[in-house]
Amino acid sequence: MRLPEARGELSAAVIERLGSGPAAGFACLPKVTDVDPLADEDLQLTLAVCYELHYSGFDDVEDRWEWHPGLLALRADIERMFELALRELTGPQPSVGSAEIPAALTALTAEQGGPSLARYIQSHATIDQFREFVIHRSLYQLKEADPHTFAIPRLTGRAKAALIEIQIDEYGSGQLARMHAELFRTTMSCLGLDTAYGAYLDRLPAVTLAGTNMLSMFALHRRLRAALTGQLAAFEMSSSLPNSRYGNGLRRLGGDNRATQFYDEHVEADAVHEQIAAYDMCGSLVAEHPELAADVLFGAAASEALGGMASTHLLDSWAAGRSSLRPALGSADPQPQADLLAGVAA
Amino acid sequence: MTHEPTHVRPSATVTPYEDGPLLLRGDFEIVTPDGEHIEAGRPTVALCRCGRSRIKPFCDGTHKLIDFRAPAGRQLPHPDPADDAEQRTAD
Ligand code: FES
Ligand SMILES: [Fe+2]
Ligand SMILES: [Fe+2]
Repeated sequence: MRLPEARGELSAAVIERLGSGPAAGFACLPKVTDVDPLADEDLQLTLAVCYELHYSGFDDVEDRWEWHPGLLALRADIERMFELALRELTGPQPSVGSAEIPAALTALTAEQGGPSLARYIQSHATIDQFREFVIHRSLYQLKEADPHTFAIPRLTGRAKAALIEIQIDEYGSGQLARMHAELFRTTMSCLGLDTAYGAYLDRLPAVTLAGTNMLSMFALHRRLRAALTGQLAAFEMSSSLPNSRYGNGLRRLGGDNRATQFYDEHVEADAVHEQIAAYDMCGSLVAEHPELAADVLFGAAASEALGGMASTHLLDSWAAGRSSLRPALGSADPQPQADLLAGVAA
Repeated sequence: MTHEPTHVRPSATVTPYEDGPLLLRGDFEIVTPDGEHIEAGRPTVALCRCGRSRIKPFCDGTHKLIDFRAPAGRQLPHPDPADDAEQRTAD
């Protein structure tokens, strides 16, 4: 993917240096200033760029930047602020016993009253709003399950077996066409969207980047492995019901079985995964390491909180008659090239 | 630490999860009474036991909306407090 457009001093400095070789010094970077790390565009984009070096990298950026000490030091500064903000947002978590972990996760992920993105999408979203929703999800869904794979070597015993049981399904039992990321790609192409990984990075606001950045932070730090399992459990436990609404929304807008397969598959798959994640993965992890209980719940609470903030952003933008995406840059046309569903939506 | 039982595992297992579905793992096939194949779609499936799923025989998470209660282990015969004499005669 291409390097994104900068959103401030910090991201500008990092993006400019990445464009030159890692020999370029890393002194004189702008200081990470005191901003709201959950909402700051410059900070979240910088973090997203740092993390991307561990996944697909960028066109014309040397792979050696991935482990550049100067860049890692900068990332560590941002991560400190980000993690602190997430812990403040979610508050202290109780250190419950392993037997209480599934119930605690269920309580954290129970459907709240109030406005729901899934209900709105099911009954009211326009085809353009549905496309925006898909674009927001694309940075994660096109690499769905990859961050959690980083946890495999960091878990042992039953927790490890449980994570692998989930991942096998996420990766379609090793069949490309059934990989969840590929199902998402199909949905994107049915909607006439660009399916290249990262194609919409410039359009994603901080609130969306914060969600994927949180995953990467949990995934890349062994210290936060319990938070990653808690995050995955929360993801799985708040998936089947919303995905059935997303699928029905897309059917309402004229999507065929191919277009909705990603959502239909998740209704069924995540009803399996949520049990494995809560009981077999998180429960077993805490049984073996009681000291990790609070971090399991932290990961779940942070996932729910950021998910809620992102949903609120979409609903608020649409209620105000605005796009929930950042404006398109220059000539890069965000409009779908092929309007496959437009006839039905009109 | 929990250890796997040492006896040889059967080719398929069914695990009730508390207040949720039955997970079916291993070498199994799901068929209709007529013997028609129902595609499982994945190596481990969740079978609905609350009766309210819209994708039966699979679970779709609806059990969480209806406050479904069922233990993970075997339920032993017991009087149900909701089962008063009146309801029984009405059956
Ligand atoms: S057991 Fe999950 S929907 Fe019935
Ligand atoms: Fe998935
Ligand atoms: Fe899943």
